[in-house]
Amino acid sequence: MKTVMGIMNLQENDVFIKEMTESRPIASIPFAGRYRLIDFGLSSMVNSGIDNVGIMLPDKSRSVLDHLRSGKDWDLARRHEGLFYLPVAQDCDENHKGDLKNFYRHIDFIEHSMQKYVLLVSGSVIYNMDFSKVLRFHQNTGADITMVYNVEAEEQPGNGIVLETSENGFVKDIAQRPVVYENSKVSMGIYLMDKRIFIELIRNAYEHGGSDFLLDGILRQHGAYNIYAFAHDGYVARITSTVSYYKASMDLLNPDIWQELFMSGDFVYTKIKDEAPVKYKKTAQTRNSLIANGCIIEGEVENSILFRGVKIGKGVHVKNSIIMQKCDLKENALLENVICDKNVVITKGKWLKGASNYPLIVGKDIVI
Amino acid sequence: MRKTECLAMILAGGQGSRLGALTKKIAKPAVPFGGKYRIIDFPLSNCANSGINKVGVLTQYRPLELHNYLGTGGAWDLDKKDGGVFILPPYAREKGADWYKGTADAIYQNLNFIDSIDPDYVLVLSGDHIYTMDYSWMIESHKMNKAEATIGVIEVPWDEAPRFGIMNTAKNGRIEEFEEKPVKPKSNLASMGIYIFNKSFLKRYLEEDAKDSVSSHDFGKNIIPKMLTDNARLFSYAFDGYWKDVGTIESLWQANMDLLQDEPPFSMDGLWKIYSAGLSMPPHYIGEMAKVTTSLVSEGAMIFGEVKNSVIFPGVKVGKGARVTNSVIMPFTTIAENAIVDKAIVAQNCEISAGAKVVGADGAIIVIPEGEIILSEAGNKQVG
Repeated sequence: MKTVMGIMNLQENDVFIKEMTESRPIASIPFAGRYRLIDFGLSSMVNSGIDNVGIMLPDKSRSVLDHLRSGKDWDLARRHEGLFYLPVAQDCDENHKGDLKNFYRHIDFIEHSMQKYVLLVSGSVIYNMDFSKVLRFHQNTGADITMVYNVEAEEQPGNGIVLETSENGFVKDIAQRPVVYENSKVSMGIYLMDKRIFIELIRNAYEHGGSDFLLDGILRQHGAYNIYAFAHDGYVARITSTVSYYKASMDLLNPDIWQELFMSGDFVYTKIKDEAPVKYKKTAQTRNSLIANGCIIEGEVENSILFRGVKIGKGVHVKNSIIMQKCDLKENALLENVICDKNVVITKGKWLKGASNYPLIVGKDIVI
Repeated sequence: MRKTECLAMILAGGQGSRLGALTKKIAKPAVPFGGKYRIIDFPLSNCANSGINKVGVLTQYRPLELHNYLGTGGAWDLDKKDGGVFILPPYAREKGADWYKGTADAIYQNLNFIDSIDPDYVLVLSGDHIYTMDYSWMIESHKMNKAEATIGVIEVPWDEAPRFGIMNTAKNGRIEEFEEKPVKPKSNLASMGIYIFNKSFLKRYLEEDAKDSVSSHDFGKNIIPKMLTDNARLFSYAFDGYWKDVGTIESLWQANMDLLQDEPPFSMDGLWKIYSAGLSMPPHYIGEMAKVTTSLVSEGAMIFGEVKNSVIFPGVKVGKGARVTNSVIMPFTTIAENAIVDKAIVAQNCEISAGAKVVGADGAIIVIPEGEIILSEAGNKQVG
C-alpha cells in the first residue's frame, strides 16, 4: 500500500485501567503472553504494506521507545521512511488539553510525507486485519473518511463509539454511548482518509478551540464530510478497562480466536527476546492455557496465560490468571483470578484469590 | 577501524550423510535442534557472545535453506558496520572452479578472504556441534602459551576414546602426539575440532598442503599431524562442559533428550544466550484434555493430546488422543488425533494422520523425512 501512511495515536484515557498503567501507557500493556497492545495495530499496518508509520507518543513514553526502538522487529527500520516518533506537543496551551494539539503540532510531518492517504489507528485495540481492503472500500465508495467497525454481538459495559449506517456503509450517525447494546456497530478507532482532508479536519478543529481528535475532529465535524464505514468480521477487543483486559485475555484461550489472531498467515510482530522453549517437568499439569517461551512448569496451570520466563514451582496451582514476565511462583502457592504484573514473587504457600469477574492485581516487582 | 584480532571460520559445508533422511534437502548445520534452534546457532551464538564479530560460514552441500536462515547475521547481532556473517560457498576463478575437497582445502580456498580481513588469529569451528563456549578464554590461553596453534580438547570416557582424534599432552598443555582413532589410546583427551591458528602460520601450512596431491586436505588427517612433525608450538585447551557431536541420528536424538533432564546439562537462555532466527509466533496453546510432562514445547504449537519426554518445535499440532513420547517433532508437523509417535525424529512439515503409528523399534530411532505424510493404513511403520 504505497499510497498510505500510518499514524498510531497512543494517547488514551486510562482512568478505568489505572492498576495496569501506573508506569506505562495503555499501548504498552503486556498481552497474550508475549506481546504489547501496540503490536496488533502496528503489525496489521506493516502486513498491509504500510512503510511509513508515525507513532504519536503518549506522556509516559519510555516503555514504548524501549519496545519499538528502531522498528527493526516490525521491518520498519528503513533507510527511507519507516518508523517515526512524534513526541507530545510541549507548548502548553491551557485551552487545548486533549490529544488534538499533538496532531496539530505534527501536521508538517504529515504534509511532508509522500503518501496520498493517512490511516489513523489507536494503540489499544486487538485485531489482525488487512487494511488494503479498507483502502479499496474507501476508493470504491468515494468516501471522504472511512471508519472501520465491528459488530458486537453482546452488550458491552463501558462506553463505545457506536455507528449507524445505511446499507451501503454510509454513516448516518456517530455517537459516544455509555452502554453498547447487543449487535451494535462499534468503531475500532481506525480512520482512513485523504491526507488533505486529515490536515483540514485537524486545523479546523484545533483552530476553533477543539482539544480532542475524536470529539472535535470527527464527531463535531461529521456533517461536513461523507463518512463511510467498513465492517471487519474478525475478532476485536477494545482494551479500556481492567475488566475488558481480563476478558480479552481469557478470550485468547479459545483456540479458534488464538488461531485467527496469530496463526492465519499474517503474524503479529513484537520485540524479539530469544527465550528457550518451555520446560515442562515431571509434575507439570497444564490445561487450557497459553504458555510463553522461557517458562519452567512444575505445578498446575489452568485457564491461564503465562508470559515469558515465569517459574511455576512444585505444588503450585494457578487458575484463571494472567502471570506476566519473569514472575516466580514458589512451592504450593495458589493463585485464582489474579493478574500478576512483571517480576512478582509469590513466596511458598501463599494464597491469592480475586473475584471471578474482577481479578486481583499484584503490581510490578511486588513480593508476597 | 581497529585491527581484527580473531576471525572465525565455521565449516558448514558437509552433507552429514549419517543423518540420512534429515539432510536429504538441507545441510547438517541447518537441521533443527532443541525445540527452537538450528545446529549452527551454537557456534554462531558462541562467536557473538565471545566478542568475535567477523564470522565466515563455509557452505557447500545444499546451502539454500542455510543461506536464507543466516541472512545478514542480524539474529546473532552480527550485522555490524565493521563485522558480520560472511557466507562463503566455493567460487570460480580464472583457472576454473573447485568444490571444497576437505576441511583444510575449504579454508585454503578462502585465503583471499582471510587476507582481506587480516586477523591475528583464525578460529576454525565445525558447524555441527552442540555446546556453549567462550572462545575468548581459548584465545587468551593461545596468547599466553605463545602458541602457533591451539586445539580445543575435551575429556571423553576411556571406552569411547577410540572413536576420536586423541591428543597426548605434556603437563603444560603442549601437544606431543596426535592419534586418530587409536585402538589403544594413551590419553582420553579428544580433539573437539576447534582450532586457533596464527594467521600466517596457518597460511603457510595450507599453501604447502594444497601442493600435495596425495593429501586429503583435512585438518585432523593432514594439517595437524604435519604441524606436529615440524615440532610447531601446538597447545591444547581443555574444555569442561557439555559438548556433543550430533552427526548421527542416535546422537542428535540423544542430545535433544539430554535437554529434558531435570537439571539440563547446559542452558540456552541463561547468561550465555543462544540466538536463533525464527518466525514471530505466539505462546503455544495447551488444550483442555492435554497432558504435557518432561518435555520442551515452543511457540505457535497447539497441544491437545499427550506429550511426554519429547521436544516439540514451533507450529506443531498434536491432536486429541494422540500420544507423543520420547520423540523430536520438528516445525509445523501435524500429528493428528489418536496417532502414536514413539522414539522418533519427525522432520518439518510432516503429517502423521489420525490413528497412524510411528514407533521406533529394537532400540533404533525412526526418522520421518521432511514433508512426508504417514497414513494410518500403512500400519505400524517400524524401522528396518
